[in-house]
Amino acid sequence: MSLKSAAMKLMQKAIEHAPDSMMPGGKPDPLITRKHGIVGAPVTRIDGPLKVKGAAPFAAEFEAEGLLYTAVAFSTIAKGRITSLDTSAAEKAPGVRLVMTHKNAPKLKPTPMFNTQPKAAGPSDLPIMQDDSIHWNGEPIAVVLADTQEQADYAKSLISATYKEEPAVIDFDAAMKNAHEPKTILGEPPTINEGDAEAALSAAPNLVDKTYTTPRHNHNPIELHGVTLFWEDGELYVHDSSQTVAQSAWTLAEVFGLDEKKVHIWSPYVGGGFGSKTLWQHHVLAAAASKMADRPVRLVLSREGVYRTVGGRTTTQQRVAIGADADGRFQSLIHTGVAAMTEHNDCPEQFTFPARHLYATKSFLIGQKVADMDMLANTFMRAPGESIGTFALESAIDELAEQIGIDPIELRARNEPESDPTTGKQFSSRNLIKAYRDGAERFGWNSRSAKPAARRDGEWLVGMGCATGTYPYYRMPGGKARLTVSKDGFVTAEFAAHEMGMGTATTQTQVVAERMGVAQQCVQINYGSSDLAGVFLAGGSSQSASIGASIHAAHTALVEQLIKLAGSKSPLHGLDADDVESRDGGLHTKKDPSHGESYAAILRRAGKDELSVEESAPPPMELQHWSMHSFSAIFAEVGVNTITCETRVRRLLGSFDCGRILNPKTATSQFRGGMIMGIGLALMEETIWDSRKGRIMNPSLAEYHVPVHMDVPEIDVMWTDIPDPHTPLGARGIGEIGITGVGAAIANAIYNACGKRIRELPITLDKLM
Amino acid sequence: MNPFTYARAEQAEDALKLAEAQGARFLGGGTNLVDLMRETIERPQSLVDVTGLSAAIEETSAGGLRIGAAARNSAVAEHRLVRTLYPVLSRALLAGASGQIRNMATLGGNIMQRTRCAYFYDDDGSRCNKRTPGQGCDAAEGFNRYHAILGASPSCVATHASDMCVALAVLDAVIHLRSPRGERTVPFVDFHRLPGETPQVETVLEPGELILTVELPANPIAKRSTYRKVRDRSSYAFALVSVAAALELDGGKVKDVRLALGGVAHKPWRALRAEEALRGREATPENFRAAAGAELIDAKPLRYNAFKIELAARTITAVLQELAEEAQ
Ligand SMILES: Cc1cc2nc3c(=O)[nH]c(=O)nc-3n(C[C@H](O)[C@H](O)[C@H](O)COP(=O)(O)OP(=O)(O)OC[C@H]3O[C@@H](n4cnc5c(N)ncnc54)[C@H](O)[C@@H]3O)c2cc1C
Repeated sequence: MSLKSAAMKLMQKAIEHAPDSMMPGGKPDPLITRKHGIVGAPVTRIDGPLKVKGAAPFAAEFEAEGLLYTAVAFSTIAKGRITSLDTSAAEKAPGVRLVMTHKNAPKLKPTPMFNTQPKAAGPSDLPIMQDDSIHWNGEPIAVVLADTQEQADYAKSLISATYKEEPAVIDFDAAMKNAHEPKTILGEPPTINEGDAEAALSAAPNLVDKTYTTPRHNHNPIELHGVTLFWEDGELYVHDSSQTVAQSAWTLAEVFGLDEKKVHIWSPYVGGGFGSKTLWQHHVLAAAASKMADRPVRLVLSREGVYRTVGGRTTTQQRVAIGADADGRFQSLIHTGVAAMTEHNDCPEQFTFPARHLYATKSFLIGQKVADMDMLANTFMRAPGESIGTFALESAIDELAEQIGIDPIELRARNEPESDPTTGKQFSSRNLIKAYRDGAERFGWNSRSAKPAARRDGEWLVGMGCATGTYPYYRMPGGKARLTVSKDGFVTAEFAAHEMGMGTATTQTQVVAERMGVAQQCVQINYGSSDLAGVFLAGGSSQSASIGASIHAAHTALVEQLIKLAGSKSPLHGLDADDVESRDGGLHTKKDPSHGESYAAILRRAGKDELSVEESAPPPMELQHWSMHSFSAIFAEVGVNTITCETRVRRLLGSFDCGRILNPKTATSQFRGGMIMGIGLALMEETIWDSRKGRIMNPSLAEYHVPVHMDVPEIDVMWTDIPDPHTPLGARGIGEIGITGVGAAIANAIYNACGKRIRELPITLDKLM
Repeated sequence: MNPFTYARAEQAEDALKLAEAQGARFLGGGTNLVDLMRETIERPQSLVDVTGLSAAIEETSAGGLRIGAAARNSAVAEHRLVRTLYPVLSRALLAGASGQIRNMATLGGNIMQRTRCAYFYDDDGSRCNKRTPGQGCDAAEGFNRYHAILGASPSCVATHASDMCVALAVLDAVIHLRSPRGERTVPFVDFHRLPGETPQVETVLEPGELILTVELPANPIAKRSTYRKVRDRSSYAFALVSVAAALELDGGKVKDVRLALGGVAHKPWRALRAEEALRGREATPENFRAAAGAELIDAKPLRYNAFKIELAARTITAVLQELAEEAQ
């Protein structure tokens, strides 16, 4: 162990054993107990009307003088060298201003890879169009700039390339033979174990031991990935569709050797991200081409372009084995497996994370490996790991319950841990069994027959299934916010966070209003620009917490300054920030609410137009101190057609334990959206991968199936609404948990309907025949 | 997309004249052709818009129905006479694509639509004999879950993707064609070809020849007809297997029957063997299943589509059973 990692270990231990009160969130956020405020109200999306009217400009809608349009040509081999690249016809085609290839592209540094430095956002560390080598089937080989999109597209079709192919690892089965442990799985050890799990498994009177496979998935946000960008005085300005504005700005600055302040990313509106609207090669290519052509550039990837150059969820093979005693108590829990990855990225699809925190067990072996392949760098996609990890784990739980002959909810209740089963930490808040009981009652779970194939409705066999969903609570380092209060009582909050349609702008307006004690109408929030304060990731379901903590910190600082500013004539004179609270447009003492002063009064007396502070949130040490997770109980009812084996979901219910719900309206959409994605994951989503070429064969929404309206039944959602005492406002993120557990709930319902266990996603009808 | 010229024809004569130009193609709703042009798989030099030609849906003197090639899919599907006299056609149309696409798509274009084989679409990354004759077929050993089990050849295993055409095959429809050399009629079941050595030749339509109308003969059996499509999601997915059928009983016996399959071959597959096996037989599930077996006896599965054989047999049986129950 190196000195540095020894020191880190020591630090970690210190945080684990430190008293609660020393942690961020150690003292519950006072807003948790404030009832009947605007937080928790079903406020309608404030950006809704703009979007409905088409008045919210997206990245590819900005105009610029002399704008050039872009088309990108992609490689058709997985690995090798370009032997010839004929661009002459394209260069002569009408309207063409530039054809950029590795032969003329400017020297560019590779993108620093995500997770290697605080603001690194690179999808991989591969060079971008710097030489003739090809690293995946679909890698950009040429960029055409032309006066119109049609001219660019046409010219691109005139480019021809030949290659010298090299042996490539493009078959997952073959790649798995050389699977290896990565250094970490998002900072966690790849393998953890306690006791002899294999021996305990073989000795257990009840056991399941199964293999599950999950396919590749591609990202399909409705808004295609695109930028409109320009250079001015050596600075780069990018209208982007982004969930990482600050990180993308920093990373682009590294690529072009600029000071990070010289790159500006603007992205107030994002038409869906799900983990994909980060930084990819098209950003770098567009900026490089714009620099070469000295013209503003718009680059919008085609739908095929998104499949070829924006990574998706990787494929996995997983083993879940559980040994239980006669009462169903786990003696052994094994969850292992392999995910496909590349040598050039670090995104191991953390499918073993749920097993690390869900069940009490005497012994465990939990570990995952990666298999390097020559493919486009895979990336995060809504609940990376947890979505497909819960499919395997929760399917196995269902199999075990049947074997033992007890209800699957009861089996889970019997193995509900007191504290985190693998780290021993206390849970910050965990009410999974309550979520199950509440959900079961609403769903009518007790009408389910434990015996499969017992219920028939015409041609259909009908069954019910349930499964646990879970997703960690994350708060990212780097959170910071600026709060400004003006002499007319208006409040502006600014932070470099993102609104991708989840409702962030709305809920954070509520949060700021509540924190500042002003009406929602008095709050303006600015976000979606790298020029604003802080570093936020609209990912890991972390953004609400990260913003919440930043606003909390900024608020505390603002209150201190206001008290100071109020001076000796103020009723607030001599008080501490802790003694006052923000209410009714000003500061009031906690002891006597009538005792206080409005912001406007304080500022006017001081002769100031406004007061503005910028403050950082404390580092997220609470994550190391408590075990912090959200949970859900998912219930599904499906019909399986006895003739065609088509499966249709009839009912779906999600019962969530995600701390306090900040806005039931936007939360409902998040949960439902995630669950719809879960239907797709269970029944139809699959990137068709031709393992002879390492090529995606269905790069189109006609052939890549996601649920259509008719596949989506009424989806019921409910929640415990029990605040987490250790998070800002008592809330935990909700963006990703919706998809988790759904795959297994549907698979288990299919089994209950027709008696067939399918352990290979997606569950298409051929697998049921 | 390659540059092209565009002209709109108001009369069949104009259309034929305009189509004499080098590399000319007729344009219906464009929902297939324009997609393929965007992918540069189709590279017409000029487009002759034929949506202004006859879109009429009218009764013939013989009591049948004549439909102009420019009739929109949604207009045909919702037409009263189609729904009552030929329900299989209405149902097949409504099982296809999406509402928006059906509003654009025309009868002629639907008949002429090209396969959805992924390798056909992947013009720069894959080999396809249909797209580039002689190049080879990457589907045969590739991802072929959607591909043919009947009538395929070593050069092509693609399927015809249309739902509507399966209904037309079952209805004994006749296509009226016109070229500068004159008019001719072709029985619908002979219009599309099996791939053989020349999968790029998909129909008997000559270059520059225009589909004018499709005629549905009067046939009482068509009143008791239906369509069932089996697919990977509830809507907006191509058929894995589909069945169009019409049935007439006499007592408990099959007096007459029509059966066609979609999603299984390079053309809408009229199941004549199964029909033959059923005429005069008792209308029982066992006999339906046996007839399906007779039709599928030559079915050849590819690596990923063996399930289609059983799926087709089951679906045929269920559809005939459903019609038989209605008839009794
Ligand atoms: C996403 C998607 C999903 C789909 N799903 C389905 C489905 O589930 N089931 C299904 O059946 N179909 C489906 N389709 C296909 C759809 O039915 C066809 O695209 C449509 O019917 C084509 O009609 P069109 O008028 O737009 O043809 P066009 O695209 O205009 O033309 C197609 C071809 O027909 C030729 N043509 C047109 N009119 C004539 C004429 N009068 N004479 C001679 N040639 C002519 C054209 O030259 C061209 O070669 C789908 C299409 C899409 C894009």
